[in-house]
Amino acid sequence: MTALVVAEHNNQELKPVTLNTVTAALGLDQDVHILVAGNTCSAVAEEAAKVSGVAKVLLVESGAYENFLAENIATLVSNISGDYDFILAPTTTNGKNVMPRVAALQDVSQISDISAIESSDTFQRPIYAGNCIATVKSNDSKKIITVRNTAFDAADASGGSAEIITLEEINDAGISKFVKEEIAESDRPELTAADVIISGGRGMQNGDNFSILEGIADKLGAAIGASRAAVDSGFVPNDYQVGQTGKIVAPDLYITVGISGAIQHLAGMKDSKVIVAINKDEDAPIFQVADYGLVADLFEAMPELESKI
Amino acid sequence: MKILVPIKRVVDYNVKVRPKSDETGVDLNNVKMAMNPFCEIAVEEAVRLKEAGKAEEIIAVTIGASSSQEQLRTALALGADRAILVETEVEAEPLGISKLLKSIVDKESPDLIILGKQAIDGDNNQTGQMLGALTGFSQATFASEVNLEGDSLSVTREIDGGLQTLDINLPAIVTTDLRLNEPRYASLPNIMKAKSKPLDVIPAADLGVDISPRLETIKVTLPAEREAGVIVETVDELIDKLKNEAKVIS
Repeated sequence: MTALVVAEHNNQELKPVTLNTVTAALGLDQDVHILVAGNTCSAVAEEAAKVSGVAKVLLVESGAYENFLAENIATLVSNISGDYDFILAPTTTNGKNVMPRVAALQDVSQISDISAIESSDTFQRPIYAGNCIATVKSNDSKKIITVRNTAFDAADASGGSAEIITLEEINDAGISKFVKEEIAESDRPELTAADVIISGGRGMQNGDNFSILEGIADKLGAAIGASRAAVDSGFVPNDYQVGQTGKIVAPDLYITVGISGAIQHLAGMKDSKVIVAINKDEDAPIFQVADYGLVADLFEAMPELESKI
Repeated sequence: MKILVPIKRVVDYNVKVRPKSDETGVDLNNVKMAMNPFCEIAVEEAVRLKEAGKAEEIIAVTIGASSSQEQLRTALALGADRAILVETEVEAEPLGISKLLKSIVDKESPDLIILGKQAIDGDNNQTGQMLGALTGFSQATFASEVNLEGDSLSVTREIDGGLQTLDINLPAIVTTDLRLNEPRYASLPNIMKAKSKPLDVIPAADLGVDISPRLETIKVTLPAEREAGVIVETVDELIDKLKNEAKVIS
C-alpha cells in the first residue's frame, strides 16, 4: 500500500500546503511518495525529498507541465496511478482543477476536501458550507482525495532523505495553452499561510477603505482577507475571499472588520484559534463565534487600534 | 455555436441546514430549493454570449428528480432555448452525473459547456473537471472572464494568489466563479414564455450508464460548535485581552 501526494509548487519552491497533505497521507499509509511535476523544478524535488516521512520523490520535468494545465497533469497522474492505493492533493485551486479529472480517468469517485481520517476508507468532510460534517466511506479500490490543509498539521520540512526518481512520462494534449498569470505582488504573507489575518466585509463600504486595514496588517504581520460580500461588491479581488467558495484558513488570530458573519464566511474561518469581531451592529451573527467582540464604528475603532497596537 | 449548460437544484443558499435527528443525512423537509448560484452565473454567461451573437442555441440540462423541472424552467426564463431533464431518483455523485452528461454531450455535440464550479450542497467541485476527462475536452475552471472570438476561447481563471489566462480549444468546458457576471432576474413575460419552451425528460436508465454510488454516507452530524466569547467595551480592553489573555499579540 502506497500513497502519492501531488506536490503544490511554482517550479521554484514547494508550497507549505503540501506538508499538510503529506501528514494526511502518512495517516493513511506509511509509504508516502511525492510527485513533483513541472518544468526545471529539480530544486522543488530536492525540497520534497527532505520532508520528514517521505520515502520517494518522483520528478517529471517538461514544458507540458510548467503551468500545471489540468489536461496534461491529470493524464500524467492517471498514467502513474497504478502503483498507488491513495492519491492526495491539497484543496488548492490547482488540486481542485486537476484531481477530479484524474478521478474520472480512473473511474473513481473523488472524496473532496477531507477534514479528518477515520480509517483507510472512511473520511470526514464538510458539506453545506461546513454547516454539516459528512462521514463517508469510499467503496472504490483506489482513493482519490483532496485535503483541507487547515485540518492537518504540517509535516516537518526537514529530516527526510527520500530518493529522487526522474520519470520520462510526457503528456501534452495540446488543447489548452497558458497565456499569462497575474499574481498579486505583496510583502504580506499568503492568506493560507498567515498566522494573523485581518478581513474586511461589506461594512468597509468601498475598496479604498481597505487601506484602513493595511497599517494594522503591517504592524501585526497579517494577511488581508475579505468576505464574499466585499468581493461581490467589487471592493477587492476574489483571491482575498475567505469562505465556502474562497479560501479556508485557520490562523492564530482572525480579525473581522465590518463582517456580519454569513455562514458562507464562517465556513472559511471558524477553525481559527482566536476570532475578533469589530462591527457596529451588536446583533451581527459574527459575535456568536467571536472570542472577543467590539461593537463599534470601524472607522473610529480601526485608527485607534492601529495607533495603540 | 451550441452551448450546453448543466445546472443543479440545491437548497437555497440562505437556508441553514441541519442533520436529520437519526444522522442519516441532511434534513431537507420543507426547505426552500433554488438553482445553485454558480449555475445561475453559468446560464447568464451563455445568455450573454447568445445576445452578443456568438452563440445560436443554449440547452439547459439537469440530472435529478422530477422537481428539478422547476430549475430548468428558471433557466428557460433566463434565456435558455430548450431544456433536458435526465430523470433519476438516485442521488448521483459527481462521477455518475458526469457520465450522464457525457451521454447528453454525445447526443447534442455542443461546442461549449458552461457549468458552475461547485454546488453549494455537496461542495464537491468535481463535475466540470470529470466531464472534461470523460469527453477529452479542454477545461478552464473558476472563470472570471470568458472571451469567445470565432473558434478561439480565452478564459481568465481565479487561482490562488491572482489570475491566470488560458487559450483553450473548442469544444471546451468552462466552470464559473463568482465574479464572471451578475445574473439577471427573470422577467414576468419571460417566465410566461418559458412555460412553452421545450423540456424533454429522459429517464436516466435509458442512457445505459452505471451511476450507482461509490461513496456511502455513514452519518451526517453538526460540526463542533464555537462558543461565543465576550464583548469588550473599548479598543484598550480589546488590546489588553489579546495581549494578556489570548496571548496572540505582543
